[in-house]
Amino acid sequence: MATAVIAGARPPGWSGVEADWASDQRTFKNVPWGKAMMWIFLLSDTFVFSCFLISYMTVRMTTTIPWPDTSEVFALTIAGHHLPLILIAIMTFILISSSGTMALAVNYGYRRNRKVTAALMAITALLGASFVGMQAFEWTKLISEGVRPWSNPMGAPQFGASFFMITGFHGLHVTIGVIYLLTVAFKVLRGDYENTDYRIVEITGLYWHFVDLVWVFIFALFYLW
Amino acid sequence: MTHAKAEAQTHSLGIYFKIWALLFVLSALSYMVDILGFESYLRWALILTFMFLKAGLIISVFMHMMWERLAMMYAILLPPLLLLVFIALMSLESDYTFMTRVVFFGH
Repeated sequence: MATAVIAGARPPGWSGVEADWASDQRTFKNVPWGKAMMWIFLLSDTFVFSCFLISYMTVRMTTTIPWPDTSEVFALTIAGHHLPLILIAIMTFILISSSGTMALAVNYGYRRNRKVTAALMAITALLGASFVGMQAFEWTKLISEGVRPWSNPMGAPQFGASFFMITGFHGLHVTIGVIYLLTVAFKVLRGDYENTDYRIVEITGLYWHFVDLVWVFIFALFYLW
Repeated sequence: MTHAKAEAQTHSLGIYFKIWALLFVLSALSYMVDILGFESYLRWALILTFMFLKAGLIISVFMHMMWERLAMMYAILLPPLLLLVFIALMSLESDYTFMTRVVFFGH
């Protein structure tokens, strides 16, 4: 049987499935397999976040009750000064800085500088963790002011649903990112990637920058609009 | 060693610091839109401009997209354009829902 001969050139069964999916028939030249896959995952995640943001657009456009003034809802009084959106601005700068340290970590990874790479990744994770902490503070403040997913004292009831869904899902991504970063940083420090040219740091970086990217859209469309 | 990777490896740190600073400036500017109390179309235009500039810088430099091959750029950056159709559909539908609510609930 000719087909059996051809099929016999490659392993059968489950090992064949694995071998075929891992074979060298690649569209994306010059990039490691893992990096192409991370990009495709991020593309799918883009659609998930887009669904949330488009839902938010829809409920905001359809409500007949005025939308709460986010500038005032997220204002804080610090040392006697009333500052609109201040916490959100600080969170934005923190997340951008974590993206900066991550970009540096990728560069130092390719230079095979293990200690600096791991340290920069740890700083990135620390900034990420502080972001999640501020988000927890923000959630606590809003919940204590009576904001619920179904109602709130400031205006359109859809505000709470949009807020908890969008920032919650983003916060979950940041939290997973912090764990991911710390895991990879530990493995870098241990020398696990000494013979793989540190592409894994760049792949981890892609995920982290994406988290920052999503925040850019949330900051503009949810908080500032 | 491939061209794209070799480039990603060898370019100096300077570009990251410049983009980092630029992202700070753009974030500060979008925050200023709120502080200065710009309203309506001016507000939305400024917010969207700063948002897309920031997104572009993050994707192209921090995520190294400007050093990737065109096949990769198209595969990742073109599909999200479909979202424009989704946004258009939902905003048309929203206008209809809003008008229906106004008519029936009299708000």
